[in-house]
Amino acid sequence: MKRLPLLILVTTFVLSGCSSWEPWVKPYERENLSDPIMNVGRDPVVASYHHHVFETRESARGAGSVSGGGCGCN
Amino acid sequence: MRYPAYILFYLLSLLTFMQQVTAAVLPDERADVMLHSYEGGELTVSGPAVLLRKNIGTSTSVFYNTYTDNITSASIDVQISGSPYEEARTEQTLGVDYLTGKTTLSFSYTDSTENDYEASTITVGLSQDFFGDLSTLTMGFSQGNDTISARTGNDPLEFEARSSIVRSNYRVGFTQILTKNATLGFGFETITDEGTSAPGQSTTLNNPYRQYSFRLSGSPDIRSYAFELYPNTRTSNALSLRGNYFLPWKGAIHYEYRTFQDSWGIRANNIGLTYVQPISHFVFELRYRVYSQTQADFYRDLFDFEGQFTFMARDKELSTYSSTAVGFGISYEFAKNGWGWIDKGSLNFSYDLISFEYDNFRDATENVGGVPAGTESFYAFDADVMQAFISIWY
Repeated sequence: MKRLPLLILVTTFVLSGCSSWEPWVKPYERENLSDPIMNVGRDPVVASYHHHVFETRESARGAGSVSGGGCGCN
Repeated sequence: MRYPAYILFYLLSLLTFMQQVTAAVLPDERADVMLHSYEGGELTVSGPAVLLRKNIGTSTSVFYNTYTDNITSASIDVQISGSPYEEARTEQTLGVDYLTGKTTLSFSYTDSTENDYEASTITVGLSQDFFGDLSTLTMGFSQGNDTISARTGNDPLEFEARSSIVRSNYRVGFTQILTKNATLGFGFETITDEGTSAPGQSTTLNNPYRQYSFRLSGSPDIRSYAFELYPNTRTSNALSLRGNYFLPWKGAIHYEYRTFQDSWGIRANNIGLTYVQPISHFVFELRYRVYSQTQADFYRDLFDFEGQFTFMARDKELSTYSSTAVGFGISYEFAKNGWGWIDKGSLNFSYDLISFEYDNFRDATENVGGVPAGTESFYAFDADVMQAFISIWY
Protein backbone atom coordinates (compact mmCIF):
# COMPACT_ATOMS: atom_id res chain seq x y z
CA MET A 1 0.00 0.00 0.00
CA LYS A 2 2.93 2.34 0.75
CA ARG A 3 4.08 1.97 -2.86
CA LEU A 4 0.76 3.16 -4.23
CA PRO A 5 1.73 6.87 -4.59
CA LEU A 6 4.89 5.89 -6.50
CA LEU A 7 2.95 3.48 -8.70
CA ILE A 8 0.38 6.15 -9.49
CA LEU A 9 2.99 8.73 -10.38
CA VAL A 10 4.94 6.32 -12.60
CA THR A 11 1.77 5.14 -14.35
CA THR A 12 0.60 8.70 -14.84
CA PHE A 13 3.84 9.83 -16.42
CA VAL A 14 3.99 6.72 -18.59
CA LEU A 15 0.46 7.34 -19.79
CA SER A 16 1.17 11.03 -20.25
CA GLY A 17 3.51 10.06 -23.06
CA CYS A 18 0.49 8.95 -25.03
CA SER A 19 0.32 12.17 -27.03
CA SER A 20 3.28 10.98 -29.09
CA TRP A 21 2.15 7.36 -29.07
CA GLU A 22 1.04 5.73 -32.34
CA PRO A 23 -2.46 4.28 -32.27
CA TRP A 24 -2.80 0.87 -33.95
CA VAL A 25 -5.97 2.00 -35.70
CA LYS A 26 -5.15 5.26 -37.46
CA PRO A 27 -7.74 8.06 -37.59
CA TYR A 28 -8.17 7.56 -41.37
CA GLU A 29 -8.97 3.88 -40.74
CA ARG A 30 -12.00 4.61 -38.56
CA GLU A 31 -14.60 5.16 -41.26
CA ASN A 32 -16.49 1.99 -40.33
CA LEU A 33 -16.32 2.76 -36.62
CA SER A 34 -17.78 6.23 -37.15
CA ASP A 35 -20.72 4.95 -39.21
CA PRO A 36 -23.98 5.76 -37.34
CA ILE A 37 -25.04 2.09 -37.45
CA MET A 38 -22.11 1.33 -35.10
CA ASN A 39 -23.83 3.35 -32.37
CA VAL A 40 -26.54 1.18 -30.79
CA GLY A 41 -27.88 4.29 -29.03
CA ARG A 42 -27.86 6.41 -32.19
CA ASP A 43 -31.44 7.53 -31.49
CA PRO A 44 -31.24 8.84 -27.88
CA VAL A 45 -35.01 9.20 -27.51
CA VAL A 46 -35.44 5.47 -28.21
CA ALA A 47 -32.45 4.40 -26.11
CA SER A 48 -33.76 6.21 -23.05
CA TYR A 49 -37.27 4.84 -23.65
CA HIS A 50 -36.05 1.24 -23.78
CA HIS A 51 -33.97 1.90 -20.66
CA HIS A 52 -37.10 3.18 -18.89
CA VAL A 53 -39.28 0.23 -20.01
CA PHE A 54 -36.83 -2.34 -18.67
CA GLU A 55 -35.78 -0.53 -15.50
CA THR A 56 -39.37 -0.06 -14.28
CA ARG A 57 -40.00 -3.82 -14.55
CA GLU A 58 -36.67 -5.28 -13.47
CA SER A 59 -34.77 -5.15 -10.20
CA ALA A 60 -31.45 -4.82 -12.01
CA ARG A 61 -30.31 -1.27 -12.64
CA GLY A 62 -27.20 0.63 -13.63
CA ALA A 63 -24.23 0.17 -15.95
CA GLY A 64 -26.43 0.65 -19.00
CA SER A 65 -25.75 2.84 -21.98
CA VAL A 66 -28.17 5.46 -20.65
CA SER A 67 -27.87 7.37 -17.37
CA GLY A 68 -30.85 6.71 -15.15
CA GLY A 69 -32.57 8.67 -12.45
CA GLY A 70 -35.72 10.57 -11.78
CA CYS A 71 -38.13 8.11 -13.30
CA GLY A 72 -40.28 7.83 -10.20
CA CYS A 73 -40.74 4.15 -10.85
CA ASN A 74 -41.03 2.31 -7.53
CA MET B 1 -3.82 11.31 1.47
CA ARG B 2 -6.37 8.59 1.88
CA TYR B 3 -6.97 6.00 -0.84
CA PRO B 4 -9.91 7.77 -2.63
CA ALA B 5 -7.80 10.94 -2.77
CA TYR B 6 -5.10 9.02 -4.65
CA ILE B 7 -7.65 7.89 -7.19
CA LEU B 8 -8.89 11.45 -7.66
CA PHE B 9 -5.32 12.70 -8.03
CA TYR B 10 -4.63 9.96 -10.55
CA LEU B 11 -7.67 10.74 -12.68
CA LEU B 12 -6.98 14.47 -12.62
CA SER B 13 -3.40 13.76 -13.67
CA LEU B 14 -4.64 11.73 -16.61
CA LEU B 15 -6.93 14.52 -17.70
CA THR B 16 -4.17 17.08 -17.38
CA PHE B 17 -1.60 15.15 -19.34
CA MET B 18 -3.81 13.65 -21.98
CA GLN B 19 -5.03 16.81 -23.67
CA GLN B 20 -4.12 16.04 -27.25
CA VAL B 21 -4.37 17.57 -30.65
CA THR B 22 -7.46 15.99 -32.17
CA ALA B 23 -10.74 17.06 -30.64
CA ALA B 24 -13.73 14.94 -29.70
CA VAL B 25 -17.03 16.04 -31.19
CA LEU B 26 -20.27 17.39 -29.79
CA PRO B 27 -23.49 15.37 -30.19
CA ASP B 28 -25.51 15.93 -33.38
CA GLU B 29 -27.90 18.88 -33.54
CA ARG B 30 -31.26 17.19 -33.98
CA ALA B 31 -34.92 17.12 -32.99
CA ASP B 32 -36.89 13.96 -32.25
CA VAL B 33 -40.64 13.69 -31.75
CA MET B 34 -41.89 10.29 -30.58
CA LEU B 35 -45.13 8.56 -29.67
CA HIS B 36 -44.68 5.53 -27.45
CA SER B 37 -46.93 2.74 -26.29
CA TYR B 38 -46.59 -0.13 -23.79
CA GLU B 39 -49.44 -2.59 -23.43
CA GLY B 40 -49.27 -5.75 -21.33
CA GLY B 41 -50.62 -7.34 -18.18
CA GLU B 42 -53.71 -5.07 -18.37
CA LEU B 43 -51.44 -2.03 -18.08
CA THR B 44 -51.33 0.59 -20.82
CA VAL B 45 -48.71 3.34 -20.87
CA SER B 46 -48.52 5.74 -23.79
CA GLY B 47 -47.63 9.32 -24.57
CA PRO B 48 -45.38 11.70 -26.45
CA ALA B 49 -41.70 12.53 -26.08
CA VAL B 50 -39.68 15.37 -27.58
CA LEU B 51 -35.90 15.77 -27.61
CA LEU B 52 -34.20 18.93 -28.91
CA ARG B 53 -30.46 19.43 -29.11
CA LYS B 54 -28.70 22.60 -30.28
CA ASN B 55 -25.12 23.84 -30.28
CA ILE B 56 -24.09 27.18 -28.86
CA GLY B 57 -20.81 28.15 -30.45
CA THR B 58 -18.33 25.39 -31.19
CA SER B 59 -17.89 23.89 -27.75
CA THR B 60 -21.31 23.82 -26.07
CA SER B 61 -24.36 21.69 -26.78
CA VAL B 62 -27.63 22.09 -24.90
CA PHE B 63 -30.61 19.74 -24.91
CA TYR B 64 -34.16 19.63 -23.65
CA ASN B 65 -36.22 16.48 -23.30
CA THR B 66 -39.85 16.16 -22.29
CA TYR B 67 -41.51 12.79 -21.86
CA THR B 68 -45.05 11.85 -20.76
CA ASP B 69 -46.51 8.55 -19.57
CA ASN B 70 -50.32 8.34 -19.62
CA ILE B 71 -51.05 5.29 -17.49
CA THR B 72 -54.19 3.17 -17.36
CA SER B 73 -53.75 0.27 -15.01
CA ALA B 74 -55.87 -2.72 -14.10
CA SER B 75 -52.75 -4.84 -13.63
CA ILE B 76 -52.63 -7.85 -11.35
CA ASP B 77 -51.09 -5.65 -8.64
CA VAL B 78 -54.07 -3.30 -8.46
CA GLN B 79 -56.57 -6.14 -8.94
CA ILE B 80 -55.26 -7.67 -5.73
CA SER B 81 -54.49 -4.69 -3.55
CA GLY B 82 -56.07 -1.60 -5.00
CA SER B 83 -58.41 -0.46 -7.72
CA PRO B 84 -57.89 0.35 -11.41
CA TYR B 85 -56.53 3.85 -11.91
CA GLU B 86 -55.45 6.40 -14.49
CA GLU B 87 -52.64 8.87 -14.00
CA ALA B 88 -50.00 10.79 -15.90
CA ARG B 89 -46.28 11.27 -15.32
CA THR B 90 -44.30 14.04 -16.96
CA GLU B 91 -40.53 14.06 -17.03
CA GLN B 92 -38.42 16.98 -18.20
CA THR B 93 -34.64 17.17 -18.58
CA LEU B 94 -32.44 20.16 -19.33
CA GLY B 95 -28.78 19.47 -19.97
CA VAL B 96 -25.56 20.85 -21.35
CA ASP B 97 -22.38 19.28 -22.73
CA TYR B 98 -19.18 21.29 -22.85
CA LEU B 99 -16.30 20.17 -25.03
CA THR B 100 -12.72 21.20 -24.39
CA GLY B 101 -9.94 19.37 -26.21
CA LYS B 102 -10.64 15.69 -25.74
CA THR B 103 -12.74 16.20 -22.65
CA THR B 104 -16.52 16.48 -22.59
CA LEU B 105 -18.15 17.72 -19.39
CA SER B 106 -21.88 17.11 -18.96
CA PHE B 107 -24.51 18.41 -16.61
CA SER B 108 -28.25 17.77 -16.55
CA TYR B 109 -31.25 18.26 -14.33
CA THR B 110 -34.32 16.00 -14.53
CA ASP B 111 -37.69 16.59 -12.94
CA SER B 112 -40.41 13.93 -12.85
CA THR B 113 -43.93 14.73 -11.66
CA GLU B 114 -47.00 12.62 -11.05
CA ASN B 115 -49.79 13.11 -8.54
CA ASP B 116 -48.22 10.89 -5.87
CA TYR B 117 -44.53 10.86 -6.80
CA GLU B 118 -42.06 13.71 -7.29
CA ALA B 119 -38.46 13.10 -8.32
CA SER B 120 -35.60 15.41 -9.20
CA THR B 121 -32.14 14.30 -10.29
CA ILE B 122 -28.89 16.13 -10.93
CA THR B 123 -26.32 14.36 -13.09
CA VAL B 124 -22.72 15.34 -13.79
CA GLY B 125 -20.46 13.45 -16.15
CA LEU B 126 -17.05 13.50 -17.74
CA SER B 127 -15.77 11.79 -20.89
CA GLN B 128 -12.11 11.73 -21.86
CA ASP B 129 -10.54 10.38 -25.06
CA PHE B 130 -6.90 9.28 -24.97
CA PHE B 131 -4.37 6.81 -26.45
CA GLY B 132 -4.76 8.49 -29.83
CA ASP B 133 -8.54 8.44 -29.42
CA LEU B 134 -8.52 4.65 -29.19
CA SER B 135 -9.80 4.76 -25.61
CA THR B 136 -12.54 6.67 -23.86
CA LEU B 137 -12.93 6.94 -20.12
CA THR B 138 -16.28 8.11 -18.72
CA MET B 139 -17.27 8.92 -15.16
CA GLY B 140 -20.55 10.13 -13.77
CA PHE B 141 -22.47 10.91 -10.62
CA SER B 142 -26.18 11.43 -10.08
CA GLN B 143 -28.05 12.53 -7.00
CA GLY B 144 -31.80 12.04 -6.90
CA ASN B 145 -34.37 13.20 -4.38
CA ASP B 146 -37.80 11.53 -4.49
CA THR B 147 -40.92 12.30 -2.50
CA ILE B 148 -43.53 9.55 -2.27
CA SER B 149 -47.10 10.22 -1.25
CA ALA B 150 -50.32 8.23 -1.39
CA ARG B 151 -54.05 8.81 -1.62
CA THR B 152 -55.86 9.24 1.65
CA GLY B 153 -59.17 7.42 1.68
CA ASN B 154 -61.32 7.55 -1.44
CA ASP B 155 -60.64 11.15 -2.45
CA PRO B 156 -58.64 10.90 -5.71
CA LEU B 157 -57.23 14.40 -5.22
CA GLU B 158 -56.08 14.17 -1.62
CA PHE B 159 -52.60 12.85 -0.85
CA GLU B 160 -50.37 12.56 2.18
CA ALA B 161 -46.58 12.26 2.34
CA ARG B 162 -45.30 8.74 2.97
CA SER B 163 -41.53 8.85 2.53
CA SER B 164 -38.56 10.53 0.89
CA ILE B 165 -35.69 8.82 -0.90
CA VAL B 166 -32.16 9.98 -1.63
CA ARG B 167 -30.54 8.14 -4.55
CA SER B 168 -26.84 8.30 -5.40
CA ASN B 169 -25.37 6.81 -8.57
CA TYR B 170 -21.64 6.46 -9.19
CA ARG B 171 -20.56 5.12 -12.56
CA VAL B 172 -17.41 4.61 -14.54
CA GLY B 173 -16.97 3.28 -18.05
CA PHE B 174 -14.17 2.48 -20.44
CA THR B 175 -14.45 1.96 -24.21
CA GLN B 176 -11.63 0.65 -26.38
CA ILE B 177 -11.25 0.55 -30.16
CA LEU B 178 -9.91 -2.96 -30.85
CA THR B 179 -9.68 -3.02 -34.64
CA LYS B 180 -10.90 -1.04 -37.67
CA ASN B 181 -14.23 -2.83 -37.20
CA ALA B 182 -14.62 -3.57 -33.49
CA THR B 183 -14.97 -1.78 -30.18
CA LEU B 184 -15.34 -3.15 -26.66
CA GLY B 185 -16.56 -1.38 -23.53
CA PHE B 186 -16.99 -1.95 -19.81
CA GLY B 187 -19.28 -0.17 -17.42
CA PHE B 188 -19.64 -0.29 -13.65
CA GLU B 189 -22.25 1.47 -11.55
CA THR B 190 -23.01 1.57 -7.84
CA ILE B 191 -26.35 2.91 -6.71
CA THR B 192 -27.47 3.55 -3.15
CA ASP B 193 -31.00 4.37 -2.03
CA GLU B 194 -31.85 5.66 1.41
CA GLY B 195 -35.50 6.04 2.33
CA THR B 196 -36.92 7.99 5.25
CA SER B 197 -40.50 7.44 6.36
CA ALA B 198 -42.77 10.40 6.94
CA PRO B 199 -43.84 10.75 10.60
CA GLY B 200 -46.24 7.98 11.54
CA GLN B 201 -45.72 6.08 8.26
CA SER B 202 -43.99 2.78 7.48
CA THR B 203 -43.27 3.38 3.76
CA THR B 204 -39.57 3.52 2.91
CA LEU B 205 -38.44 2.44 -0.58
CA ASN B 206 -41.67 0.63 -1.40
CA ASN B 207 -44.79 1.50 -3.32
CA PRO B 208 -47.20 2.58 -0.55
CA TYR B 209 -50.16 0.85 -2.25
CA ARG B 210 -48.56 -2.59 -2.56
CA GLN B 211 -49.40 -5.39 -0.10
CA TYR B 212 -47.95 -8.74 0.85
CA SER B 213 -50.07 -11.84 1.22
CA PHE B 214 -50.40 -14.26 4.12
CA ARG B 215 -52.59 -17.24 5.06
CA LEU B 216 -55.73 -16.12 6.84
CA SER B 217 -55.73 -17.31 10.44
CA GLY B 218 -58.14 -20.24 10.74
CA SER B 219 -58.65 -20.46 6.94
CA PRO B 220 -55.19 -21.26 5.52
CA ASP B 221 -56.50 -21.69 1.96
CA ILE B 222 -57.55 -18.05 1.82
CA ARG B 223 -55.14 -15.20 1.21
CA SER B 224 -55.25 -12.12 3.35
CA TYR B 225 -53.23 -8.94 2.76
CA ALA B 226 -51.29 -6.25 4.65
CA PHE B 227 -49.09 -3.37 3.56
CA GLU B 228 -45.51 -4.21 2.65
CA LEU B 229 -42.52 -3.49 4.87
CA TYR B 230 -39.20 -2.78 3.11
CA PRO B 231 -35.71 -2.08 4.45
CA ASN B 232 -34.88 1.62 4.28
CA THR B 233 -31.61 1.21 2.37
CA ARG B 234 -30.53 -0.57 -0.77
CA THR B 235 -27.13 -0.72 -2.44
CA SER B 236 -26.55 -2.32 -5.83
CA ASN B 237 -23.63 -2.96 -8.15
CA ALA B 238 -23.82 -3.63 -11.87
CA LEU B 239 -21.03 -4.55 -14.27
CA SER B 240 -21.57 -4.54 -18.01
CA LEU B 241 -19.63 -5.57 -21.08
CA ARG B 242 -20.71 -4.35 -24.51
CA GLY B 243 -19.22 -4.54 -27.94
CA ASN B 244 -19.86 -3.42 -31.50
CA TYR B 245 -18.70 -5.10 -34.69
CA PHE B 246 -18.90 -3.72 -38.24
CA LEU B 247 -19.75 -6.46 -40.73
CA PRO B 248 -18.01 -6.68 -44.13
CA TRP B 249 -21.24 -6.04 -46.05
CA LYS B 250 -21.94 -2.77 -44.11
CA GLY B 251 -24.01 -4.03 -41.25
CA ALA B 252 -23.40 -3.99 -37.52
CA ILE B 253 -23.69 -6.35 -34.58
CA HIS B 254 -24.05 -5.06 -31.03
CA TYR B 255 -23.85 -7.32 -28.00
CA GLU B 256 -24.20 -6.71 -24.30
CA TYR B 257 -23.86 -8.66 -21.07
CA ARG B 258 -24.63 -7.29 -17.63
CA THR B 259 -24.40 -8.87 -14.20
CA PHE B 260 -26.05 -7.35 -11.17
CA GLN B 261 -26.28 -7.91 -7.41
CA ASP B 262 -27.71 -5.90 -4.55
CA SER B 263 -27.91 -5.81 -0.75
CA TRP B 264 -31.40 -7.34 -0.85
CA GLY B 265 -30.01 -10.63 -2.18
CA ILE B 266 -31.11 -10.13 -5.77
CA ARG B 267 -28.82 -11.46 -8.49
CA ALA B 268 -29.57 -10.71 -12.14
CA ASN B 269 -28.05 -11.17 -15.58
CA ASN B 270 -29.05 -10.05 -19.02
CA ILE B 271 -27.67 -10.54 -22.49
CA GLY B 272 -28.63 -8.67 -25.61
CA LEU B 273 -27.89 -8.92 -29.30
CA THR B 274 -28.79 -6.35 -31.97
CA TYR B 275 -28.28 -6.61 -35.71
CA VAL B 276 -28.42 -3.45 -37.84
CA GLN B 277 -28.64 -3.57 -41.63
CA PRO B 278 -28.94 -0.51 -43.88
CA ILE B 279 -30.43 -1.09 -47.34
CA SER B 280 -30.73 1.94 -49.61
CA HIS B 281 -32.79 4.58 -47.76
CA PHE B 282 -33.82 2.11 -45.06
CA VAL B 283 -32.15 0.91 -41.88
CA PHE B 284 -33.46 -2.36 -40.42
CA GLU B 285 -32.76 -3.51 -36.90
CA LEU B 286 -33.42 -6.84 -35.14
CA ARG B 287 -33.14 -7.12 -31.35
CA TYR B 288 -33.03 -10.00 -28.89
CA ARG B 289 -32.66 -9.69 -25.11
CA VAL B 290 -32.91 -12.18 -22.26
CA TYR B 291 -33.11 -11.18 -18.60
CA SER B 292 -33.28 -13.28 -15.43
CA GLN B 293 -33.14 -12.52 -11.73
CA THR B 294 -33.39 -14.22 -8.34
CA GLN B 295 -35.72 -13.03 -5.61
CA ALA B 296 -35.10 -10.56 -2.80
CA ASP B 297 -34.42 -12.07 0.63
CA PHE B 298 -37.67 -10.68 2.03
CA TYR B 299 -39.90 -11.68 -0.89
CA ARG B 300 -42.51 -14.43 -0.58
CA ASP B 301 -45.56 -15.09 -2.66
CA LEU B 302 -47.39 -16.21 0.48
CA PHE B 303 -46.32 -15.69 4.08
CA ASP B 304 -47.47 -18.11 6.80
CA PHE B 305 -49.05 -15.41 8.96
CA GLU B 306 -49.27 -11.64 9.31
CA GLY B 307 -46.10 -10.01 10.61
CA GLN B 308 -44.04 -13.18 10.14
CA PHE B 309 -40.83 -11.23 9.45
CA THR B 310 -39.49 -7.72 9.92
CA PHE B 311 -39.51 -7.08 6.17
CA MET B 312 -42.10 -8.56 3.83
CA ALA B 313 -42.82 -7.94 0.18
CA ARG B 314 -44.79 -9.53 -2.64
CA ASP B 315 -43.81 -7.33 -5.60
CA LYS B 316 -43.43 -9.44 -8.70
CA GLU B 317 -40.42 -7.26 -9.55
CA LEU B 318 -38.70 -8.75 -6.47
CA SER B 319 -39.55 -12.38 -7.32
CA THR B 320 -37.51 -14.91 -9.27
CA TYR B 321 -38.39 -14.53 -12.92
CA SER B 322 -37.11 -14.20 -16.45
CA SER B 323 -38.11 -12.22 -19.51
CA THR B 324 -37.39 -12.43 -23.20
CA ALA B 325 -37.65 -9.49 -25.59
CA VAL B 326 -37.69 -9.82 -29.37
CA GLY B 327 -38.01 -6.70 -31.49
CA PHE B 328 -37.37 -4.92 -34.74
CA GLY B 329 -36.97 -1.37 -36.00
CA ILE B 330 -37.35 0.23 -39.41
CA SER B 331 -36.03 3.67 -40.34
CA TYR B 332 -36.58 5.50 -43.61
CA GLU B 333 -34.06 8.25 -44.24
CA PHE B 334 -35.21 11.27 -46.25
CA ALA B 335 -33.53 14.46 -47.44
CA LYS B 336 -30.17 12.68 -47.18
CA ASN B 337 -28.54 15.48 -49.17
CA GLY B 338 -30.21 18.26 -47.22
CA TRP B 339 -33.40 20.21 -47.78
CA GLY B 340 -33.58 23.86 -46.79
CA TRP B 341 -32.29 24.19 -43.23
CA ILE B 342 -32.59 20.43 -42.72
CA ASP B 343 -29.42 18.35 -43.11
CA LYS B 344 -31.35 15.07 -43.16
CA GLY B 345 -34.29 13.33 -41.56
CA SER B 346 -35.72 9.92 -40.74
CA LEU B 347 -39.10 8.30 -40.12
CA ASN B 348 -38.92 5.42 -37.67
CA PHE B 349 -40.99 2.60 -36.24
CA SER B 350 -39.93 0.18 -33.54
CA TYR B 351 -41.69 -2.83 -31.97
CA ASP B 352 -40.74 -5.25 -29.18
CA LEU B 353 -42.58 -8.22 -27.73
CA ILE B 354 -41.55 -8.86 -24.12
CA SER B 355 -42.58 -12.12 -22.44
CA PHE B 356 -42.43 -12.28 -18.64
CA GLU B 357 -42.50 -15.62 -16.82
CA TYR B 358 -42.54 -15.64 -13.03
CA ASP B 359 -41.13 -18.63 -11.13
CA ASN B 360 -42.58 -17.88 -7.68
CA PHE B 361 -45.21 -15.19 -8.14
CA ARG B 362 -48.64 -16.75 -8.37
CA ASP B 363 -51.81 -15.40 -9.95
CA ALA B 364 -53.57 -14.64 -6.65
CA THR B 365 -56.76 -13.61 -8.46
CA GLU B 366 -57.41 -17.36 -8.81
CA ASN B 367 -57.65 -17.58 -5.02
CA VAL B 368 -60.72 -15.34 -5.18
CA GLY B 369 -62.23 -17.95 -7.52
CA GLY B 370 -61.64 -20.74 -5.03
CA VAL B 371 -58.17 -22.08 -5.85
CA PRO B 372 -56.41 -22.76 -2.51
CA ALA B 373 -53.76 -20.20 -1.53
CA GLY B 374 -50.28 -21.22 -2.65
CA THR B 375 -51.51 -23.54 -5.41
CA GLU B 376 -52.54 -20.92 -7.98
CA SER B 377 -50.75 -20.97 -11.36
CA PHE B 378 -47.58 -18.99 -11.79
CA TYR B 379 -48.15 -15.59 -13.38
CA ALA B 380 -46.99 -14.78 -16.91
CA PHE B 381 -47.83 -12.12 -19.46
CA ASP B 382 -46.70 -10.60 -22.75
CA ALA B 383 -46.21 -6.90 -23.46
CA ASP B 384 -46.29 -5.05 -26.78
CA VAL B 385 -43.92 -2.08 -26.88
CA MET B 386 -44.02 0.37 -29.79
CA GLN B 387 -42.47 3.68 -30.76
CA ALA B 388 -43.08 5.81 -33.84
CA PHE B 389 -40.88 8.85 -34.24
CA ILE B 390 -39.49 11.42 -36.63
CA SER B 391 -35.96 12.74 -36.40
CA ILE B 392 -34.54 15.82 -38.08
CA TRP B 393 -30.88 16.85 -38.15
CA TYR B 394 -30.09 20.54 -38.76
